[in-house]
Amino acid sequence: MHNNPSDLIVVDQLSKYYRVANKQPGFKGTLKHFFDRKTYDVPAVTDISFKISPGEVVGFLGANGAGKTTLLKMMCGLIYPSKGLVDVGGFSPQRRQTAFLKEITLVMGQKQQLIWDLPPMDSLYVNAAIYGLSDHEAKVRINELAEMLELGEELTRPVRKLSLGQRMKSEILAALLHKPSVLFLDEPTLGLDVNAQARVRSFLSEYNKRTGATILLTSHYMADITALCPRVICIHKGKLFYDGDLDSLANSLSPSREVKVELKNPCASEQFEKYGEIQDLNDRFVCLLVSRDKLTDVVSNLLTDFDIIDLEISDPPIDELIGELFIKGKVN
Amino acid sequence: MQRYFKTIRLFWSTAFASQLEYQLNFLIELLAMLGTLLGSVFILSLFFTGGRQLGDWTWESALVIQGVYTFLDGLTNALLRPNLTEIVNYVREGTLDYVLLKPIDSQFWLSVKKFSFAGLPEIILGLSIVFWAAIQSGSTFSIYALFVFIISLLIGFIILYSVWFLISASSIWFVKTWNATEVLRALLAAGRYPISAYPVILRFIFTLVLPVAFLTTFPAEAILGELKFKILFFGLILSSLFFIFSRLFWKFALKHYTSASS
Repeated sequence: MHNNPSDLIVVDQLSKYYRVANKQPGFKGTLKHFFDRKTYDVPAVTDISFKISPGEVVGFLGANGAGKTTLLKMMCGLIYPSKGLVDVGGFSPQRRQTAFLKEITLVMGQKQQLIWDLPPMDSLYVNAAIYGLSDHEAKVRINELAEMLELGEELTRPVRKLSLGQRMKSEILAALLHKPSVLFLDEPTLGLDVNAQARVRSFLSEYNKRTGATILLTSHYMADITALCPRVICIHKGKLFYDGDLDSLANSLSPSREVKVELKNPCASEQFEKYGEIQDLNDRFVCLLVSRDKLTDVVSNLLTDFDIIDLEISDPPIDELIGELFIKGKVN
Repeated sequence: MQRYFKTIRLFWSTAFASQLEYQLNFLIELLAMLGTLLGSVFILSLFFTGGRQLGDWTWESALVIQGVYTFLDGLTNALLRPNLTEIVNYVREGTLDYVLLKPIDSQFWLSVKKFSFAGLPEIILGLSIVFWAAIQSGSTFSIYALFVFIISLLIGFIILYSVWFLISASSIWFVKTWNATEVLRALLAAGRYPISAYPVILRFIFTLVLPVAFLTTFPAEAILGELKFKILFFGLILSSLFFIFSRLFWKFALKHYTSASS
């Protein structure tokens, strides 16, 4: 595969296997495990390929253990791929060259890098020194980001006394100090309340617009993905099964919507056949299955053709659809 | 290089600030350190009252060894213990990932991140004992002897550091390191006494297998102007090998970490 200059990240037939050995229970099992260990490879990520252009915001979806984190870690150089190729901005991530490390950042929602007993400000200046920023540069950068993140005196309060939301914002500030152009975010809103989640989200989208940074994120919260990521990559059992925009994912998951109508006067079923598939017809209540692309037309026609008391369009929320998909294991 | 110096400065000033954050704890630490010092002085006083010889060492020169031991112990408490015993936590909590993604040498980060100021008085006391005892035993302190002393201290410290780092780095496989710290402290403690105070077979082991002699006996000989040049030369090579091996081992350990962790 040749790199197109417009691709920032190229992942080509990437696989990662973990070698594991299972032990049978009991003493006999222990002995057997010691002398005759049978190891086998467990695939964590299998044969995944995609490309990401600069400035894109891409969400990685998948159930726990689907391989999202492994994939993310291979892209930032923390895990060696077993097979295949990763290229991030012309670098091979696993070599972790300085020039590469200065371009990327990783935020993990469940792990922190700030010094627990000190105010975030101290950790920020340590980070600045590591990235070779001068004190002046660091100050300007901290002020700029603090303003965007709505952080003030929290930065001079010991980390252990901050709320989870304030801590996460400080973590994000620390991770962005060196102006990385590629952001890897692993569950950045984990455990935050709805307000704090929304603030982190709006910050990320603003940061993306202002700096043109590429953002790759995994999240359990569907709201993160719908708010931030025009493009999603779904992973199930280590395999890629969807890569595209969120809307068409929703479309392909549920191409139709349910339209429930309450009529003033009972009508015959034949009258509704042209609008969509009749699910249910009961006296004055009709339930139709209408494909998404015809939805607006059908609804406006219904409203003009009949005397309607109530009309309800229901669309299963995307997280339910995807959740269902993961449970069923329905992979295309 | 300048970046590394600035980083160290900030590492240590934040370490100092962290320690001061808990005022009471800091006071207790100071008290504990004072206790350790008194203990050391008490052991030294036993040397005074005994007036016996250890190996072919007079008590004054044996005192120099005590001084070197106290100095290294202080350095251990200040630098090695706070940092190297922490590696296992980086591995267990997964924060090693953050270290690996910093554009700075990860071994450097893990080795100098912290500095415990409670170790400083011991370092100062150790050096004072070395010089006082050396004067007592009639050392003339030539520039050359001082130079050789510093070099041999460095050799001793690098060997101790490398062995300690190797064991701590193995936590990448074992995650919970066995009580390696205690083993190392025992090893260092073996260096409290002149190497010639031990039976021949131990003397051999302590020089070549577990280079305890390089930690304390040889620096003491250096300040007394008795260290043979070939030993210094051998020490330089040995410590370089230890250090290089620790770096290679770390690279190897990281390769395992990045291919096996999830």
